[in-house]
Amino acid sequence: MKKIERLEMSGISKSFGVVAANRDVTLAIGEGEVLGLLGENGAGKTTLMNFLYGLYAADSGEIRINGRAVHLSSPRDAIRAGIGMVHQHFMLVQNHTVAENVVLADEEAPFLHPAARVVEKLTTFSRRYGLSIDPARRVWQLSAGEQQKVEIVKALLQGADLLILDEPTSVLTPSEAGELFAVIRRMSEEGHSVIFISHKLEEVLQVCTRIAVLRRGRLEGIADPAKVNRRDLARMMVGREVLFSLERRAMPAGGPVLEVSDLVVPGDRGLEAVKGVSLTVRANEILGIAGVSGNGQRELVEAITGLRRSTRGLVRLEGKDITNQSARVIGAMGMSHVPEERMRFAVVPNLFVYENAVLKQQRNRLFSRVLFLDYEAIRGRAKEIVQTYNVAAPSINEPLKNLSGGNIQKLILGREISGEHSLLVAAHPTYGLDVGATEYIRGLLLALREKGKGVLLVSEDLEEIFELADRIAVMFGGRIVGVVDREAAKVEQVGMWMAGART
Amino acid sequence: MNPIVVSILDRTIAAGTPLLLGTLGEIVAERSGVLNLGVEGMMSVGAVGAFMVAMNTGSPWLGLIAAVAAGAALSLLHAFASVTLKVNQVVSGLALAMLGLGVSGLLGKPYMGRPQQAQLPIVKIPGLVDIPYLGTILFDKDPLFYIAVILGVLLWFLLAKTRWGVRVRSVGENPAAAAVQGVSVPGVRYLCTLAGGALAGMGGGYLSLVYSRSWTDGMTGGRGWIVIALTIFALWNPLRAFLGAFLFGGIFVLQYMLQPLGIPPNLLGAMPYIATLLVLVAGGLRRDSRHQNAPAALGEPFSRGER
Amino acid sequence: MSLRIHVLPRYRAPRGFPLLVLAGSIAAGLIAVGIVFAASGVNPFYALYKIFAGSFGSRYGLGETLTKAIPLILIGSGLALAFRGKFWNIGAEGQLLAGATAATWIGLNVRLPGIFLIALMFVSGFAAGAAWGALLALLKGRFGVNEVISSLMLNYIAYELITLLITGPWKGATQQGFPYTDDFSAAASLWQLPGTRIHVVTLGLALASAGILFLLLRSTRFGYELRVMGENPEAARYAGINFLGVSVLMMAVSGGVAGLAGVGEVAAIHHHLSYPMAISSGYGFTGIIVAWLAKLNPLAAIASGLFYAGILVGGDAIQVSLGLPAATVQVFNGMLLVFLICGDFFLHNRIEVRT
Repeated sequence: MKKIERLEMSGISKSFGVVAANRDVTLAIGEGEVLGLLGENGAGKTTLMNFLYGLYAADSGEIRINGRAVHLSSPRDAIRAGIGMVHQHFMLVQNHTVAENVVLADEEAPFLHPAARVVEKLTTFSRRYGLSIDPARRVWQLSAGEQQKVEIVKALLQGADLLILDEPTSVLTPSEAGELFAVIRRMSEEGHSVIFISHKLEEVLQVCTRIAVLRRGRLEGIADPAKVNRRDLARMMVGREVLFSLERRAMPAGGPVLEVSDLVVPGDRGLEAVKGVSLTVRANEILGIAGVSGNGQRELVEAITGLRRSTRGLVRLEGKDITNQSARVIGAMGMSHVPEERMRFAVVPNLFVYENAVLKQQRNRLFSRVLFLDYEAIRGRAKEIVQTYNVAAPSINEPLKNLSGGNIQKLILGREISGEHSLLVAAHPTYGLDVGATEYIRGLLLALREKGKGVLLVSEDLEEIFELADRIAVMFGGRIVGVVDREAAKVEQVGMWMAGART
Repeated sequence: MNPIVVSILDRTIAAGTPLLLGTLGEIVAERSGVLNLGVEGMMSVGAVGAFMVAMNTGSPWLGLIAAVAAGAALSLLHAFASVTLKVNQVVSGLALAMLGLGVSGLLGKPYMGRPQQAQLPIVKIPGLVDIPYLGTILFDKDPLFYIAVILGVLLWFLLAKTRWGVRVRSVGENPAAAAVQGVSVPGVRYLCTLAGGALAGMGGGYLSLVYSRSWTDGMTGGRGWIVIALTIFALWNPLRAFLGAFLFGGIFVLQYMLQPLGIPPNLLGAMPYIATLLVLVAGGLRRDSRHQNAPAALGEPFSRGER
Repeated sequence: MSLRIHVLPRYRAPRGFPLLVLAGSIAAGLIAVGIVFAASGVNPFYALYKIFAGSFGSRYGLGETLTKAIPLILIGSGLALAFRGKFWNIGAEGQLLAGATAATWIGLNVRLPGIFLIALMFVSGFAAGAAWGALLALLKGRFGVNEVISSLMLNYIAYELITLLITGPWKGATQQGFPYTDDFSAAASLWQLPGTRIHVVTLGLALASAGILFLLLRSTRFGYELRVMGENPEAARYAGINFLGVSVLMMAVSGGVAGLAGVGEVAAIHHHLSYPMAISSGYGFTGIIVAWLAKLNPLAAIASGLFYAGILVGGDAIQVSLGLPAATVQVFNGMLLVFLICGDFFLHNRIEVRT
């Protein structure tokens, strides 16, 4: 293991074309420290760390380890220098076993029958840091928290002294996050240093010894967690006062818009992903489904919106049975759907903005007559959406992929929200968006609620759920394990439900 | 055992060997994530290369080396287009198939109709060849058959039981994960694609040196396409490739066997192609729609992100 | 001082750039062919001049070019449609032959006045080609069968089946033992422009098809759904697009126009059904390059079809005068396609050399 007593990054700058991702950033970290790297999406945190891990070449700047300048031109160099990284989106081979994934990382693994030898090492490390994993299981069978443990063990096995964690709690339940913090504390005690990248203020305050805030590629400042609060950090992150609550009017819930009864939905691998879920969404109401990804939320949403067959149970939209109808029919009957992974499912990046503006509605009488599409009407609608929802697009004749994530999401929402629709199903709607776009979209959801629509919100972001939902339901293991009204809800209880504990 | 049955099995092995070689090569390439549709062209240049060199030097071994080199050279183009330029792998493979067929037709023109004098020696494995019946079928063959069998087992072992195999398979499943561990994704893909081309070339060399010992334009007869189907049938496992290759070898043999029965020869000629379709349909019925067994990143170009 | 070559993505291409890249790819292809000529002991410039003089420089040449352009435009536009939906239809050979076979049966066995007979031949040819093509979409949609393999297999099966017919039950009584069907009657033959082999009706159909397919893609709901399916299948699912329905229709059209080409070949050029490879002349494969040259735009297939027909005719001409083997064309096909797709690389990326 290479000992890193002190690591310094000075004057790091990096631009992608005209966009400056990092501007003259200077940071240092010493042994045993847990340095938080805070900033909103797009602030340059991941770029900076990718440079440290040898994935990018910076335009200027240098790194010094223990006083000596080093040149990290590949992850191998970084690993050899003692730097390890756990990425936000795990770099694991899903179809392989845990052991095989570790073999990929382990330079000392023998040529023949490597998996067998690696198992011994795994057991030793697990005991030392309190991370236990079964080496023979295939990665796709593991929960997100377990997969993360594999990633950490991989890094430690390679001799990492400095560990970079990129948004590690985005896939964890509150209790798993607590476990992770304990592990981080253990590592810090053992002399490791940790860089903790996050945009979540509470966590950074909880686990870090120092906090560096990045804004628009620049280092805004270094904070001492003992001396600052959320407000201060948020101000540093965004550059202005951030409102932590949106205007919210109390609204009496109306009649049921969506009724799901005892729904059973199979997953991709043949097992049941949704095991008998019942819920109701009323008009003037946002029902938030909290829970860590992988507990059946995706399959539930797909079944409700017509993208996946359910094997038992009923789904009713405004009283009409829509169980196992096609997505187009359900859409025409009044349900809007903003899916997760928007670039993959909700848009066609290579087509123009105006062509994307009517996706799923191409058979709508407004936009097509018999065989032909009415492009005038389509372009009109596109312009309308762009104006109403402040979509920053140079023109509607641009390929959609030239727009930023936030603007694409606004376009999608604008497309889906329509006067006639009674229900919006939104899955992780603000994932990966900057604070401005996030606020805007949350505001849109609240506005829908006030206009008499029902909203089914699926999100991993507890803060978002608590901010927006009238009622909170928690999904775990394919079932709804608890439903609570907004006023009565407590984070601890919801967190426990998310982790599978029933009270 | 009936001597006719022995003869059938004997010829099945002969017909299946080029398919086995081609399939093993394609499995290696696809396991690393590269879809190589140019096998037909690589087999073809392998066949013509082997024939030309063997004719002119008198040495079948040099011919074999030429076959391997020719197949590898063509696949180098595919690797360059697919891995470095990251173009559409389907079209690149098709273009190279066309190119390979054309080039081999061009180069082979003066050699059409001439019989191959140089011949690969038959190798009898002492001891084993005396086993009744099985001895003549399995152990009294040309060296390429033994090479194919050894390669098949070796490749299975390498892929499944070594660190090298873990690396290759990771590149095919999740190249980003492999790259982050310092594995050179382009390097692995180049190597595997070249290996695929080399083996396809070897299969083609077998056709012109052993199977029919002559050269005709188009003698590969669609075997390259069948190889691609067999790769799917083998579920990307070299050991299963044996099953598919010799099954289809049997179908080729059956064509000749059934001729005297009065079945129209063209119907028999269509058998391998109909069989390929049936095999693919059966495969689609059996598995769930997620193609769990195909390498997850097959056919997708990999960019490491900006440096 | 070390040089490093960086490959960076290109977000915006200047106007006219795609055309420049296309021209560059073609030029590279011609240079490569020139090298092949030189290696065979032929003056490349003279050879290239001969090619273009042969195809566009004389009345006869022009006639031949237009004649060969007919099936190329038909197949090229049909393939452009399928490729836009990311359906790799390599089976145009089989689809062409299906159309030729249907037209042969009708032409030889049905008694109708000339115009109706011809019309029926075209309709049946389209239907046969459409069926041969739609089968591929069904196999892919229901059984997940890779369309490259299945379309090629159907080609081979078509070759065998037709050979079966012409050597067996359909063998012409008047053909003195040759494996041809009987010749088509005058009523079943297409009218050709005097002094040339141009069968005008099919030419009209070709131009119309190119236009219709272009309109289909651009202005209809079907075309929109096809394009979405090709660009992002997962978004297509989300949008409720019926994959099976759209792809079957798409392949029916793609196969149908190839079938029309088959009718033209058999009713105007050969006047009987004979060896399948002679009837199809590799148009099914050449059509792939025509489609790719046209950047998958069916209307542009008219231009690229004419251009490629010129190359084929010119190639024939120099084969005779310079003694180059027939496989040269296939080599050129393959090389040009390689250069075309490599050219695409420059469309999406740019090279930066840094020190």
